[in-house]
Amino acid sequence: MDGALPLIWRKFGERYDLDGNKCGTCGTAYFPARAVCPKCRRKGTLVAQKMPKKGKIVTFTELFAGPAGFEHETPYFIAIIELDNKARLLSQVVDSEKEKVKVGARVEKVFRKISDIDPEGPIAYGYKFKVVG
Amino acid sequence: MIGIVGYGAYVPKYRITIEEIARVWQKDGKAISKGLNVKEKAVGSLDEDAATIAVEAARKAVSHAGIEAKNIGALYVGSESHPYAVKPTASIVADAIGASPDLTAADLEFACKAGTAGIQMCLGLVGSEMPKWIEYGMSIGADTAQGRPGDALEFTAASGGAAYIIGKKNEEIIAEIEDTYSFTTDTPDFWRRPHAEFPRHAGRFTGEPAYFKHSIGAAKGMMERTGTKPSDFDYAVFHQPNGKFPIRVAKMLGFEKEQIEQGLTTPHIGNTYSASMMLGLASVLDKAKAGERIFAVSYGSGAGSDAFVIKATKNIEKNRPKPVFELFKEKEYIDYATYAKFRKKLKSL
Repeated sequence: MDGALPLIWRKFGERYDLDGNKCGTCGTAYFPARAVCPKCRRKGTLVAQKMPKKGKIVTFTELFAGPAGFEHETPYFIAIIELDNKARLLSQVVDSEKEKVKVGARVEKVFRKISDIDPEGPIAYGYKFKVVG
Repeated sequence: MIGIVGYGAYVPKYRITIEEIARVWQKDGKAISKGLNVKEKAVGSLDEDAATIAVEAARKAVSHAGIEAKNIGALYVGSESHPYAVKPTASIVADAIGASPDLTAADLEFACKAGTAGIQMCLGLVGSEMPKWIEYGMSIGADTAQGRPGDALEFTAASGGAAYIIGKKNEEIIAEIEDTYSFTTDTPDFWRRPHAEFPRHAGRFTGEPAYFKHSIGAAKGMMERTGTKPSDFDYAVFHQPNGKFPIRVAKMLGFEKEQIEQGLTTPHIGNTYSASMMLGLASVLDKAKAGERIFAVSYGSGAGSDAFVIKATKNIEKNRPKPVFELFKEKEYIDYATYAKFRKKLKSL
């Protein structure tokens, strides 16, 4: 992540603790944070808010051919997760038995290494999810 | 009064049995497992390191204490497997739990006792007249301990973490730390030089002149200074490089088996290094009732021991976290090849 370091650093809040925002006018939560509420436009009043750490799987897929940096992690799951405040995000699903990864499964955020390709470079940390219960 | 206001334990999900490791090196797994009194060890996944383990333990501690993370004024991470040689793990943890930026933070290294050295530093800072602004201190012991493939250490070197929050408000303290004492000498029984991938150790030398001398030195010094004896304590916890040493040191000091059982975690998850004694103490706190006294001694190669006299308060029974022994049950067994991949023991990783 060397070249993109400042870009990633700006996202630490988002990656480490799901910092997003919420429109005070219509109550919609956004992750990642939005500059404008697409529903309320000019009437929107966006305020910073941390997203809930739990949610459910909306849809998922299992990857057998990972992109560069993820080759050794295959096969692994990625899923669209709906958090308890309805905000949705895409995340890896780890530490979960194959049969438990399914639509509707309850998931919880965990803190993991996202990318650690260059042994002399910086390590990127962030959120992943695991199935609970 | 100064003491523990919250604690958190984290153990990765994956386990490898001693017998599976022994199978690869064609050794007698049953005999080794029995000799070490360790059945299996916890292994961090491919995407886990001391920083991620520290964050998970820290988050649980904050949630257990029920405090605002931003009020943590000091944060230390003790580990011998910090992901960076230069660049603190502590700042990653502070940011991830929301304690930044009003705090002092640093990484510590003292083999298996760096986390307890951090607890002592927090005691000093939280109780200090200067600075006055530090309300809470957090110390974490976290490791993804590495054993050289085929080496005796490989049977026990495990991954795990424990975090403690030290505070000074009587109504928040779940266990008062009555006193602490340390015993330190220059004893090179285990080390890792810069750029070396695996630590080296001095075999049997890690026993008598190292583990036993320092654990006993700290324990006796602590009891002398507090005018206590083994029978004054309901529980005792020692560093656990294997499942055998803590039992032996307890016996040598005059503690009964019943006093140490609740704090023995290594037989179930291996030696989690900086987290070892701290996880044992967490397990004791899971059970301890108001007024019960705990004797805790860590050990770090190189070498030194930190001893603590702790007394549970009535607050401990209000809000118990998920017990440490329950965490151990969330597990999945892996074979040696997967373990070698997870812990990057293969050159191509």
